[in-house]
Amino acid sequence: MELPPIFTDWFTSRGWSVHPHQQDMLDRSNAPALLLIAPTGGGKTLAGFLPTLVELADGAHRGLHTLYVSPLKALAADIRRNLGTPIADMNLPIRVEDRTGDTTATAKRRQRADPPHILLTTPESLALLTSYEDAPRIFAGLQRIVIDEIHALAESKRGDQLMLALSRLQALCPDLRRVGLSATVEDPAAIASQLACHPDPCDILYADPGPAADISMLVTAERPPWAGGNARYAILAVLEQVKQHKTTLIFHNTRAQAEVFFHNLWLANDTDLPIGIHHGSLDREQRQRVEAAMVRGDLRAIVCTGSLDLGIDWGDVDLVIQIGAPKNVKRLIQRIGRANHRYNAPSKALLVPANRFEVVECMAALDAAREADLDGDPKGAGPRDVLCQHILIRACAGPFDADALFAEIRTVGAYAALTRAEFDDCLDFCATGGYALRAYDRWKRLLLRDGCWQLRDPRAARDIRMNIGTIQDTDTLKVRLKGAYKPLGEIEEGFAAQLTPGDTFLIGGEIVRYERLRELSVEVTRRADKPPKIATFMGTKFATSTQLSQRILRMFQQDDWPELPDHTAEWLHLHRQISHLPQADRILVESFPHDGRAQTCFYGFAGRNAQQTLGLLLTKRMEEENLDPLGFVATDYATLVWGLKPVTDPAPLFDDVAMRAGFNDWLAGNAVMKRTFRASATIAGLIQRNLPQARKSGRQATFSSDILYDTLTKYDPDHLMLDITRQEALRGLVDFGRIEEMLTRTAGRVDHVTLTRPTPLAAPLLLEAGRIPVAGKGRERLMEETAAQLMRDAGIADL
Amino acid sequence: MNAYDFTICDDRLTALPSGALWWAAERLLCVSDLHLCKSDRVARRSGQMLPPYETRETLARLSADIAANEPATVICLGDSFDDLDAARSLSDADIATLTTLQAGRDWIWIEGNHDPGPVALGGSHLADHRVGRLVFRHIATPDKGEVSGHYHPKHAIPGAGGARPCFLFDDQRLILPAYGAYTGGLHASHPVLSRLFGPQACAILTGRRAICVPVRPSAPLARPGHWRGNRR
Repeated sequence: MELPPIFTDWFTSRGWSVHPHQQDMLDRSNAPALLLIAPTGGGKTLAGFLPTLVELADGAHRGLHTLYVSPLKALAADIRRNLGTPIADMNLPIRVEDRTGDTTATAKRRQRADPPHILLTTPESLALLTSYEDAPRIFAGLQRIVIDEIHALAESKRGDQLMLALSRLQALCPDLRRVGLSATVEDPAAIASQLACHPDPCDILYADPGPAADISMLVTAERPPWAGGNARYAILAVLEQVKQHKTTLIFHNTRAQAEVFFHNLWLANDTDLPIGIHHGSLDREQRQRVEAAMVRGDLRAIVCTGSLDLGIDWGDVDLVIQIGAPKNVKRLIQRIGRANHRYNAPSKALLVPANRFEVVECMAALDAAREADLDGDPKGAGPRDVLCQHILIRACAGPFDADALFAEIRTVGAYAALTRAEFDDCLDFCATGGYALRAYDRWKRLLLRDGCWQLRDPRAARDIRMNIGTIQDTDTLKVRLKGAYKPLGEIEEGFAAQLTPGDTFLIGGEIVRYERLRELSVEVTRRADKPPKIATFMGTKFATSTQLSQRILRMFQQDDWPELPDHTAEWLHLHRQISHLPQADRILVESFPHDGRAQTCFYGFAGRNAQQTLGLLLTKRMEEENLDPLGFVATDYATLVWGLKPVTDPAPLFDDVAMRAGFNDWLAGNAVMKRTFRASATIAGLIQRNLPQARKSGRQATFSSDILYDTLTKYDPDHLMLDITRQEALRGLVDFGRIEEMLTRTAGRVDHVTLTRPTPLAAPLLLEAGRIPVAGKGRERLMEETAAQLMRDAGIADL
Repeated sequence: MNAYDFTICDDRLTALPSGALWWAAERLLCVSDLHLCKSDRVARRSGQMLPPYETRETLARLSADIAANEPATVICLGDSFDDLDAARSLSDADIATLTTLQAGRDWIWIEGNHDPGPVALGGSHLADHRVGRLVFRHIATPDKGEVSGHYHPKHAIPGAGGARPCFLFDDQRLILPAYGAYTGGLHASHPVLSRLFGPQACAILTGRRAICVPVRPSAPLARPGHWRGNRR
């Protein structure tokens, strides 16, 4: 496609030239599916929109022409502003609007009646649009769909949901062309095959990747601690960097770490540099204020998490600092790519390890980044919980034919291998609940009438629409200052439940004092007189990739580490002296007392999921051996188990036969499975999202999804939801394959070291979040002891 | 012995780990808030199809408690059915189980807010019922010597896992946990509950063993480390 003169003039007037990949996109604008891989700042979004702008320039098109889908609401709003410039400059007859969860009901109604030429939205809002009965009218004339940051969506169930919605759109608009915009990824072909209408091919275009980023580790005079994630030792060094740069983004892996770091930074900030904080648990208005201040260039630094990660226009950021080890090289490179928006200047980044172990991790990540060794895990078949939700969404839009829907779903790459039997099971689940006890003949959700499936009660559509989406929100409570209406932010219900009046915690960088729980909000004051507790936020927990783990294991085999800072090399030497450094062909086990518990650390270097599975297996074996395990925590390298009795001989715990015996029962009763069940059952529509209004009305009426899980396991073990739960657990949380691989590779070679205190390598695990309780005899015993103590304390030991 | 004995108004009572109350002197078993046929009501009202096995599960628990104690009297302390229409949706198998359980003993349905009228099943139907010094009714009143249900109390022991359904009592009154499979709970520290009890109130947690703790701990916990936020 030739660029019309008005466009070339516009480019010239701005002193720009068309990038080769932008021209490529124009030339291939008729391709049914097209994936562009481009670094950030490379005019990627404009490349995606140019063909649309050109096609709409003559003003002949009526109705919706292009849908733009991005993972973040903020990104949609941002793109609307950015598109406004060329449209206004060239006076193009094009209407652009965004539609997200933040759009007003009035605007949404108007958009349905009279859609704009370009609609910017999110996967969830798009799924909702396809659920309306007038979807065929809304989408009439749709020509193109542009999926931005498709690499981020492709990793999660949001991507599966989006591609299912696309299959619906393609059926409504057979000429629809698909465009994906992606950052640099390790396997572009995998994303391309998800994007295309299966089995059609998808062309991949590559933009010039630009100069390599300038990444290094921040050198500090202070030595990093053995354990912990707050990187307090580096505060002054980071502040110095902020002073030397125009705008610095300071990334953290978790919200809790961001809060603590921001607090410490503020205490040390004696020159009053303007520094803000931005993460997903803060109130929306507060986040927007920070974003606006950043765009205006009013802030020198922003302490943030992944909520600031994707595509938002970062303005003049000239330094990215990553606090804590980057758990994944790909994400690190994408993050760094966002700094320095000029296409041809290298981005600058500093890594700040929070502890000695992270120094090793950072070093491995730097090596990998230099070698462009990107990591990632292959994606499995399309999840069936998302499919169930899709069937329900389809039912909201009107009666459907099962054969046609099955054919449509099979055009989605991830569902290309879906069997008819699997589809029918999902359909039956949606219609009747799919129970062996056919109890719902009178109250079926879907009925087959005249060969088509439809909602028995059309009013059910409202609940289904409210439940759309695949993002798991944990239940949170708003935090409000006493007497104030506007919330400061949110904390998790589980964390709130542990607070007693007088406790203090950090939110939005300030310490507040918990006063009481009022309705569904946490009332706080600024009378903080105690050191703060650390609020827990579920958020996303990144796992270190296999590739990085292997690099670290190789580093451990060196005699000395001249490439590492002295403090970390000494730390590794110390570990080698009092214990062993883990090896690939042996399992290292360390036992030591700590915090009043017998602790045992198993180094398998098998990745977080496999180490978690190992935790499940080992605690089962320890329960059998009467070692009274209480809980465990897993990292990518090791599993730490604590209990009431010390482990004296770990080798029998690894007995292959004993490990497998009864494992399924033990697994079925575990907290990990229940967590997985809850997520999948919510997506599939078995249980409804815990909406604030529902929580308000029915205090006693709501009950834990664990009860449903236990009941199903007992009375209907073959139910579809349990099958999905097992599959999801195998895919995500429980990695049997790598356990097998680890057992084979180590072949019973177990080295056991008994010590009087934690070793250097074990120290970080003691502060690791994500502890999993084990419901066994030990916990019962502990409970009885605690109860007896409480009764004695209250002076009512004998009733 | 997994049960827990305690005294109210000089009557010696036993909290069973299942959540049922056993009064040995009267050979009386009392259970509250069975919420039978809840899944049927939920499906009828919201279209949500929960696993339809809670009635079977609740009756199985009740059968076990009755077989173990052989009570002369069984009191169901209200909200036995999730609503009166749900009571009519009992399966033939469930009706047969209930009929077998009722045979040879007095069976009293106390009315609750969910099931305010009589049901077409055996047993007598009462607003409340007095046995000696104790009165059994669904929702607590200021009366002394009262055994009630309704609130589904639950309580957690710090550092020992999540909340469990519990009995709540002081020397004047007792509130039973919900016995039904599909029931949630209200924390024992909730003002609605704490205002019903004196400062010496105790909770008896259900589970593998009935475990008694004061609702308001008077001294700092033995291992305060368990409450640190970063330990979770």
